[in-house]
Amino acid sequence: MHNPQLNSHGELTHLLSTEGLPQAILTQILDTAESFMEVSSREVKKVPLLRGKSVFNLFFENSTRTRTTFEIAAKRLSADVINLDINKSSASKGETLLDTIDNLCAMDANLFVVRHASSGAPYLIAEHLQRIGRGDIHVVNAGDGRHAHPTQGLLDMYTIRHYKKDFTQLRVAIVGDILHSRVARSDIHALTTLGVPEVRAIGPETLLPKHLDKLGVHVFHDMAAGLKDVDVVIMLRLQNERMNGALLPSAGEYFRHYGLTPQMLALAKPDAIVMHPGPMNRGVEIHSAVADGPQAVILSQVTFGIAVRMAVMSIVAGN
Amino acid sequence: MNILIEQGRVIDPKNAVDRENTSIFIVDGKIAGLGAAPAGFVAEQTLDARGCVVCPGLIDLGARLNSIEAELAAAVAGGVTTVVVPPDADPPLDEPELADRLVHRGEEIGKARVLPLGALTLGLKGERLSELAGLRKAGCIGFSQAKVPVVDTEALLRAMEYAATFDFPVFLHPQDYWLSRNGIAHGGEMASRLGLAGIPVAAETIAIATIVQLVRDTGCRVHLTRLSSAAGVHLVEQAMNEGLPISFDVGIHHLLLTENDIGFFNPHARFCPPLRTQHDRDGLSQAVVRGLAAICSDHTPVAADDKLLPFGEAKPGATGLEVLLPLTLNWAESAGVSLSDALARITCAPAAILGLASGSLAIGAAADICIFDPEESWPLTVDAIHSRGKNSPWLGYMMNGRVKRTLVGGKVVF
Repeated sequence: MHNPQLNSHGELTHLLSTEGLPQAILTQILDTAESFMEVSSREVKKVPLLRGKSVFNLFFENSTRTRTTFEIAAKRLSADVINLDINKSSASKGETLLDTIDNLCAMDANLFVVRHASSGAPYLIAEHLQRIGRGDIHVVNAGDGRHAHPTQGLLDMYTIRHYKKDFTQLRVAIVGDILHSRVARSDIHALTTLGVPEVRAIGPETLLPKHLDKLGVHVFHDMAAGLKDVDVVIMLRLQNERMNGALLPSAGEYFRHYGLTPQMLALAKPDAIVMHPGPMNRGVEIHSAVADGPQAVILSQVTFGIAVRMAVMSIVAGN
Repeated sequence: MNILIEQGRVIDPKNAVDRENTSIFIVDGKIAGLGAAPAGFVAEQTLDARGCVVCPGLIDLGARLNSIEAELAAAVAGGVTTVVVPPDADPPLDEPELADRLVHRGEEIGKARVLPLGALTLGLKGERLSELAGLRKAGCIGFSQAKVPVVDTEALLRAMEYAATFDFPVFLHPQDYWLSRNGIAHGGEMASRLGLAGIPVAAETIAIATIVQLVRDTGCRVHLTRLSSAAGVHLVEQAMNEGLPISFDVGIHHLLLTENDIGFFNPHARFCPPLRTQHDRDGLSQAVVRGLAAICSDHTPVAADDKLLPFGEAKPGATGLEVLLPLTLNWAESAGVSLSDALARITCAPAAILGLASGSLAIGAAADICIFDPEESWPLTVDAIHSRGKNSPWLGYMMNGRVKRTLVGGKVVF
């Protein structure tokens, strides 16, 4: 099947998912991001790679943090950034997603950064652009439903490579609500593509998607067993609405079984790193002593995120 | 009018007829001769059927007629001479006048025969019974909830008891409300991969188990529509072996596609019930091969705007009337089923479920006939589709088997 993310030369033209991307492209993004890390330490934090280009942040679902990091990244590439909070404008007037896109195409957009509550929405947009002859406009998925959040996945890979150097010797555990997590899916595909030999998913059955083994993941219901000897722990946020009801009895019971405490973390390798896509629920999925402890690299992830988003935008809009 | 259908390969599965170079003679809307002309027959119209198959008109157990003229034209263009119409129209078909109007409108248009299913409950809400006897009198062939589940099991029990009182058949779509209300794809590997909320097979098997038990208790005749899983087939087969008055059908798309056809969120692969695994598709196919079930188009015209949406927001369903025959031939070839057996699944098998005498080419039967070229290939394009619903996962694909002529009651309607 044709992969809509790649152009006819096999180059990245949209970033929609980490699934189906060749290892070489993932590595190219991480290497490019590394070269941008230096830009962030300059007094003038700008490179002219996207000068004269317009980046539209299309957030059909609220997010201040992700939108801000995309905005910073685009500005450091010297792009013009236009933020559209669609929740408050067109969508509420009944305009369809593709009507909105057609309108923005007419405003000479070069790149859409899209967040949408429905899985697959960025694919629909990328296909539509192709259909209307605007294949020159690029799409970067900033999170679609439960499906993918590829720039988060890539910044997680950047973080792991930064601290652990080699992917091919690692055990990585992803803990928590994998069922509803687009971050987890993007992490899983990126980790397996980059050659991580053992990816583990830890959580209660209600929060795990079916057939995870088909994605190359080992499932653990017991936190202690799952964390044993891992090099990387990726904690996931537990949304408030999951905590009460049929998925979980209570936040307290969840924390007792799947919360990352210093005692639990001690089961991992001594130099294991702890990651979290944020925002954290302290005392729900992670103990403060771990979140603020020496093994947490959560704030580094945020810094790396800007370089990774710069890399992605410069690569897709440069191809 | 006397019509001669000349020298076709006549296939009448119900009567085990499969004869090359055979002519059919039609007098006064009825089949008057097969092979030999009745005494004194003079043809007023001759249809050349050389190289074509001549078979009974197709009977479709489920087709929505949103814009009735276009959809009935689509039916006969697809060789379908009888359509069973589910009651999930706007407004739902829950009053005798509505059914009466639909039947008359169908007669006025004069293409395929229209057999409505009345709404089992008012507004399909699953609460209060519709006037079943009144609807029956107005022409409803049976009663159904379309794809709207009856949440209240007591209401379902009462509806089945009442229908059984009059021996009215009830069409039920087995899908548990609670397990399907949030789902958009089969709860399997593809849904996990794409981050789509899943509908487990248990949504179907639980509903079947409930319905089977209620059939056992009430004696109500039930036809289960659009099964999607191998486990579901297994349960229904057990009930049939027990001698319960139960039948079922399978949508043609479920015989050919699986969850993998969703690909990168293709909204044309969104169906209700969802496409499931290869194992499920094989189970459905085996059931149809063994003659347990009829095939149906589940024709669902969807406006383009309602498909140009993210997968989970797109309306489920595909256009079906004009692809039912070629897709059935496609299925037959891959399942190793003879042409005659394949045609049985879309002619006499649905007729038997409906208790109709049609679906055959017996002498004296109404001349509802489909003439098609089994060798002709044609591309399925938006322009080739007569239906208002241009929504199909097969757009751009070649269809094998092309309808040349369709007759309803001895009248050439296509």
